[in-house]
Amino acid sequence: MSAGTAASRAASKAAPGDASTAAGKVAPEHVTHEHVTHEHAAHEHAAPENAAPGNAATATYREAMREAIREALRRDDRVFLMGEDVGAYGGCFAVSLGLLEEFGPERVRDTPLSEAGFVGAGIGAALGGMRPIVEIMTVNFSLLALDQIVNNAATLLHMSGGQFNVPLVIRMTTGAGRQLAAQHSHSFEGWYAHIPGLRILAPATTEDARGMLWPALEDPDPVLIFEHGSLYGVPGPLGSGPVDITSAALRRSGADVTLIAYGGTTPKALAAADALAAEGVEADVIDLRVLRPLDDATIMESVGRTHRAVIVDEGWRSGGLSAEIGARIAEHAFYELDAPIQRVCAAEVPIPYARHLEEAALPQVPSIVAAARETVTS
Amino acid sequence: MKGTERGEFLMPSLGADMESGTVAEWLVKPGDQIRRGDAIAVIDTDKAMIEAESFHTGTVESLLVETGHRVPVGTPLAVIAAVPPHAAGPRARVASPLARTLAARLGVDLSAVHGTGRAGTIRAEDVREAAERETTTRETAARGVEPRPRERPRRTAPGPAEARPQPDHDWERRQETMRQAIARAMARSKREIPHYYLSTTVDMSAALSWLRERNRDLPVSGRLLPAAVLLKAAARAATEVPRLNGFWVDDAFVPGEAVHLGVAVSLKDGGLIAPALHDAACRELDDLMAALKDLVSRARTGRLRSAEMTEATITVTNLGDQGVESVHGVIYPPQVALVGFGKILDRPWAVDGLLGVRPVVTVTLAADHRATDGYTGARFLCTVDRLLNHPETL
Amino acid sequence: MSVKNSAGSGSHRELLRQMLRIRRFEERCVELYSGEKIRGFMHLYIGEEAVAVGVCDALTPDDVVVSTYREHGHALIRGVPATSIMAEMYGRAAGCSRGRGGSMHIFDAAHRFYGGNAIVGGGLPVAAGLALADRMRGRNRMTVCFFGDGAMAEGEFHECLNLAALWRLPVLFACENNLYAMGTALARSHAQTDLALRAASYGVAAWPVDGMDVLAVADAAGRAAGAIRAGAGPHFLELRTYRFRAHSMYDPDRYRSKAEIEQWRKRDPIDALVATMKAEREITDADLAVLEKEISAEIEQAVAFAEQAPVEPVEDLTRFVCSEPGPGGKPARRVEAIL
Repeated sequence: MSAGTAASRAASKAAPGDASTAAGKVAPEHVTHEHVTHEHAAHEHAAPENAAPGNAATATYREAMREAIREALRRDDRVFLMGEDVGAYGGCFAVSLGLLEEFGPERVRDTPLSEAGFVGAGIGAALGGMRPIVEIMTVNFSLLALDQIVNNAATLLHMSGGQFNVPLVIRMTTGAGRQLAAQHSHSFEGWYAHIPGLRILAPATTEDARGMLWPALEDPDPVLIFEHGSLYGVPGPLGSGPVDITSAALRRSGADVTLIAYGGTTPKALAAADALAAEGVEADVIDLRVLRPLDDATIMESVGRTHRAVIVDEGWRSGGLSAEIGARIAEHAFYELDAPIQRVCAAEVPIPYARHLEEAALPQVPSIVAAARETVTS
Repeated sequence: MKGTERGEFLMPSLGADMESGTVAEWLVKPGDQIRRGDAIAVIDTDKAMIEAESFHTGTVESLLVETGHRVPVGTPLAVIAAVPPHAAGPRARVASPLARTLAARLGVDLSAVHGTGRAGTIRAEDVREAAERETTTRETAARGVEPRPRERPRRTAPGPAEARPQPDHDWERRQETMRQAIARAMARSKREIPHYYLSTTVDMSAALSWLRERNRDLPVSGRLLPAAVLLKAAARAATEVPRLNGFWVDDAFVPGEAVHLGVAVSLKDGGLIAPALHDAACRELDDLMAALKDLVSRARTGRLRSAEMTEATITVTNLGDQGVESVHGVIYPPQVALVGFGKILDRPWAVDGLLGVRPVVTVTLAADHRATDGYTGARFLCTVDRLLNHPETL
Repeated sequence: MSVKNSAGSGSHRELLRQMLRIRRFEERCVELYSGEKIRGFMHLYIGEEAVAVGVCDALTPDDVVVSTYREHGHALIRGVPATSIMAEMYGRAAGCSRGRGGSMHIFDAAHRFYGGNAIVGGGLPVAAGLALADRMRGRNRMTVCFFGDGAMAEGEFHECLNLAALWRLPVLFACENNLYAMGTALARSHAQTDLALRAASYGVAAWPVDGMDVLAVADAAGRAAGAIRAGAGPHFLELRTYRFRAHSMYDPDRYRSKAEIEQWRKRDPIDALVATMKAEREITDADLAVLEKEISAEIEQAVAFAEQAPVEPVEDLTRFVCSEPGPGGKPARRVEAIL
């Protein structure tokens, strides 16, 4: 079944006419709801959603992700998108806005608020030959599906002696910075990166947002994509297609210190590198991109040149991803180190609501700069 | 520190002529643990770069003066907070992993490397510098030229306030200010001190033959030079004539607690400093010889310690190397005496009515007439003469 | 005992044979466990055979089964070879899961046997997803999901029943109500012990069945399967049964009275079917002896196979964490191969 027939089937099931009317009639009860978070994408409602941007085009991170989903839905009829409010609502963060109209409710599938249920169903559908993209609203909600992700998706292949791989993609919003307090703001990607059997991606750029999804769908094993909430509105080049999902990227070169960041902290690390350059300290900035398996080679190559490392992680310091990276540097590049490794992590508190408190809890450009300075002076 | 649990590190007075100093470099940072006696800053006294040491044990709480700033003597430069005694135990010399790797590769002895990182941690750069310096020293030694003091290249936390001059320009500036400092001290000396001068010529044949005998079986590096014998004699004479060993302060003589012999060292590019050889009278000749070499070398590379700059009780100037026969020196205030040695020369010399050729040296004394009279000065020179004629007693 | 009237293809004799295979296989397992040949947790199905045999009687080879950690029986009657199950329990490379699963994690792609899930309730969402894929791909296939009464206290059960009903997924929810969630009696963990009633509240066709009567189970499963295949959406069977042995080999069974166990043993599903068949003159003691001998031979062959099977090399420890490249370097698509 091609994408075209899927869309037309969806349309004909509902009502004749254009796609948007069809969607309205498929789920009329949904369109009457009003939700605050939808404001995020209000301006994008007016944009011509169906005009596929060209390679040189720029788009927001949100649009880039949407374009990636649209491309995947068109390219492979086994692909479908499933999650809470991905259809009639257009996605909690408006990523899937307009896709229901284009692809119909079978392939842009609203689910009940049953994270374990629909994530598990995604696993089952993947086992059944589909290529599901499951969207979880935020990383905090993914904890309700932790059993399915960890006990099933990550283990089935091994536990079955190599018989059942799970070609599933789970996307979710992560991170703080939007005053959403302690149940919508955490960064648990480090936890997931702890689990053998999962591939963990953290696109930090529009190009990666667009380019990572297709290779993730081609991966025979489960892939989790963490989208930092603060990035959705950030514009950038849309890129020319799939990118690799195996390596870290050196976003900036400098000889004095290596700043290691990913996802939402990548722009902060780059800004810190600018500030450091003004002081005469040149920083390498590594965007990890892939949190599991970690690209040790890129990290060690850089630390081998700069002899100093600062790890920036919006997750907590204790037992976190930054600890893992630090330990690996100590294991593999100990004799290259000329200063203690520095970490800039979230304060060890549930992320608070008030803006000044939230800002104080997160890695910020000045704290990254200070940590980098510490490595070159201590 | 006992009362307030907090101490201040003040701009030290590194010589009577010093009115102000410049913090050339901080060797510590806030948070560093230091012990009494640790060098914590390099002070540019205009005459030399001196490593000033802390009189407190504790944690550096804050630095109050930025590098490159000139402040009067006595200005607080840093605050040092006391630490619980258990935290102030001796620390192992710490080197970064890369510094260790590099030291092994370059054959650098880490125990001889000065660490510029936090709490003296040795970093890769320190090792590279040490290796480089070693190479330079070897090269210059081969050419018979002392390396000239230079700005140490280093990595600092770049701050907007810091604008370091170019080394060459800096060098010229130092020459100029050192000249001014010497001018101030010497003018003060001639203005305030009523000098009297005495001199005597001493037969050195006993001393030199004793030296030859002693050096016969020693490797070149272990041999004593006549300068050591002269210094030792002057130091011993100062213990025997203590009125010449000390300071004239507030219209009174204050005797020195020991003989810390100031040794005038002329710098190759001009200028003069006279750091102290501590306890010169009590040291064995070998020890004194080694200390002298070290002191001269450090004086010429700008790495003296603050105590060496302030504690000389009497100064010796030996211009014999330069070929002059006698020196009538200017006393370095607030000291009260300066001993001069000329070149050791073969001269016709009458002994017991017979004329012979003997090696002789002219010893002079410039002394402060406020503290002593010529009689005391004469006793001093006679003592030097006696000691040099009985070198085995030195 | 009801007379068989199901859509299934199994004769009384076949139903008996399958129940006996499970019973004898597991009795042998107890022996092997005592002899330390089998380790880990081992949960026995003895007493509950009528449920698996009756439900699976309604399945075609194309249908999908998702099971629990008490799954030797389901695997055996779905065609997973006794040799590969036994070798798995021995932890051998020839085991169906290459020694990585053990008793609780029997998987067999060739027989569409999707495990051996040891998280109570954890298999239900997977079953829903498998059924969703079948629906989306237009395959006329059914998924059976076995789970116990304990799973009905899990959120995943409720999420899945709603999801399956909402999307009208072709799933048969087979609840093996053996009255105990490990050691906790049904009445001590559920306010409403009528499980079919609770399932029905989600809009799912649901009814209770005597799980000690294989013919009744086969009949109910046949009717449910027919409806599911006809597009009526998910069905739920509460199969009232009893395990004669403790929860696992570790369980001292302190929470049940001997009298209660004896009471249920009188309703042994195998004895019941044999009695019915004898009454109907469908089987003689001589026939039974032949059947037992065949089964015994199969089991001894499985034990012999497991005994001599090689172990997985330790160097292969980390295999199957991620998919391995297939021929030509492209990742292997194992799940595709069995659809």
